Amino acid sequence: MGERLIELKNIAKSYGRVFAVGGVNFHVDRGEVVGLLGDNGAGKSTLIKMLAGAIQPTSGDILVRGKPEPHWNAARSRDAGIETVFQDRALCVQQTITRNIFLGRESANWLGFLNGRRERAEAERLMRDIGFTSKVFTPDSIVGQLSGGERQGVALARAIYNKADLIVMDEPTTALSLTETEKVFRFVRTVRAGGRSVLFIGHNIHHVFDIAERFVVMDRGTVALQATKEEVGSAERLIAYMERLAHPQGVEIPASPGHRPEAAS
Amino acid sequence: MSASLEPIEARAKPVERPPESALRRFVDQNRAALGTLAVFVVMIAIFMAASPTVFMHWPIYDSVLVTLPVALCLVAPLVFVVTVGEIDLSFPATMGFSAWMFALVVHAGLSPFLGIVAALAMGMVLGACVGALVVTAGLSSLIATLGMNFMLRGFIMIVTQGKSIALLELQDSTAATLLSSEVYGVPVQIFWALAFVVFAWLLFNHHTFGARVRAVGDNPDSAGQMGVNVARVRILTFVFVGLGAALAGVFSTMVNYTWWPTTGDGYLLPAIASVFVGGTPTWGGVGTIAGGAIGALIVSFIQSGIVAAGLSGFYVQFFNGLIIILSLLGHRWNQKRFR
Repeated sequence: MGERLIELKNIAKSYGRVFAVGGVNFHVDRGEVVGLLGDNGAGKSTLIKMLAGAIQPTSGDILVRGKPEPHWNAARSRDAGIETVFQDRALCVQQTITRNIFLGRESANWLGFLNGRRERAEAERLMRDIGFTSKVFTPDSIVGQLSGGERQGVALARAIYNKADLIVMDEPTTALSLTETEKVFRFVRTVRAGGRSVLFIGHNIHHVFDIAERFVVMDRGTVALQATKEEVGSAERLIAYMERLAHPQGVEIPASPGHRPEAAS
Repeated sequence: MSASLEPIEARAKPVERPPESALRRFVDQNRAALGTLAVFVVMIAIFMAASPTVFMHWPIYDSVLVTLPVALCLVAPLVFVVTVGEIDLSFPATMGFSAWMFALVVHAGLSPFLGIVAALAMGMVLGACVGALVVTAGLSSLIATLGMNFMLRGFIMIVTQGKSIALLELQDSTAATLLSSEVYGVPVQIFWALAFVVFAWLLFNHHTFGARVRAVGDNPDSAGQMGVNVARVRILTFVFVGLGAALAGVFSTMVNYTWWPTTGDGYLLPAIASVFVGGTPTWGGVGTIAGGAIGALIVSFIQSGIVAAGLSGFYVQFFNGLIIILSLLGHRWNQKRFR
């Protein structure tokens, strides 16, 4: 494996006395696709929000290329070469496609005035790369006019614009059609082929198994499993493992509605 | 039945992007401002029809051009605050307070230019204080800025005991020639105010700051996740309002060579109304400087227009309200809110 791109050491996040993530060790190397799995509430989104600098960890260290980062925030994360495609896409829907692609990373001269022509041309090129099918949209189109898949396209375009080393994708295929999902996979393969890393979070284990080379399974705020594709073997074994994780003693069908075991929720 | 699985694209021509005309793009990007301009044109047409003798001659426009610069200096920065999703009601007191600094410096016999610098610095400091209250302390901007307005005005009243400051030193000074004389019968302040509006327009539409103001007003969470310092952007909009208010205060003091403890008081509602008449919506994320400037023109014209059109002063309030409501209805129809 290549260089260690980012490493989280014993990272924890608590809200009051509730631990969303409690002491996780996690890393992504250069050029690998990591699949992050886990049930709802396992702490996946909290973990990647800490990676993106959107929320601060309560304790633990973040290391980028081996160097500790004491003042971690969203701007630092992007400067370090981490681009995140959030679950809600983090778009400003009343702004143009161009403005969204350059959000927080405006292309400007030394006085801070925007380089409008360059931004527009770049946005046009990125949209074509991502595969925006509909030609009726221009870089000046308002994002609120776009469909869900097209909005995801804008979020992906923003993530590749800066040639980031690691692209984090939080459930990028949720609510997308089959063809749009295929587009997202093609995107991941392109990024991987360019020697960059991807952290892919998903609920569809078949999807994640296909795309990733290494798997991290989270359970109730901790890492339950880290394994390579060879070690896991097949998507079915991964699914079986996760089912066992959720229901350690197996699922019992309750005899009557009045008798409901706590595990089956 | 045999060829039914072939892709749709192979049979139907792909949708072509309609040819982009520069005019079309201009209209799309300036819908709100153009709507406001239409309101202004209709209003002037009605005034001209009602009272051609008054509105076909210069003096009525001259009187508007004296009050308009002050309004423009207030409205342009207010568009930023409203776009970022907040409101500032403290600017009249900030205006009075900064103009007070100006008056004190001039009254002490120092250069009026030093007075202007002092006023602008004071305005920005007060703006930063208001911004800190709203953003850092997390108070509601509507209530916190209203409170600041009362507090600052009260402070002025306590210290000055309600006494005004006459600034006869300003007469024939270089500063007065530059900032409040007339060229070819046009009050010179209007050119400075227009320059300020152009500066604000550039900042809003073609500068990183304006782009971030719009993004934060649109979706602060998204902007924050993409590395925008949301708190800083919000505070800076209040600082900008402080700057505009200080400029407005200097202009209004210069015109009269007198500073009153009430300087700025009458501008609260007209300036706020101008922003919304101009087509900046209340929900944040979008705004228009050009529209706001035309809105200020409309609001300044109503007052003198109604009286000049031969109606009694009692009608002013009614028509003020009517224009505001009609403009908002117009913008509601003209603009679409994207979610």
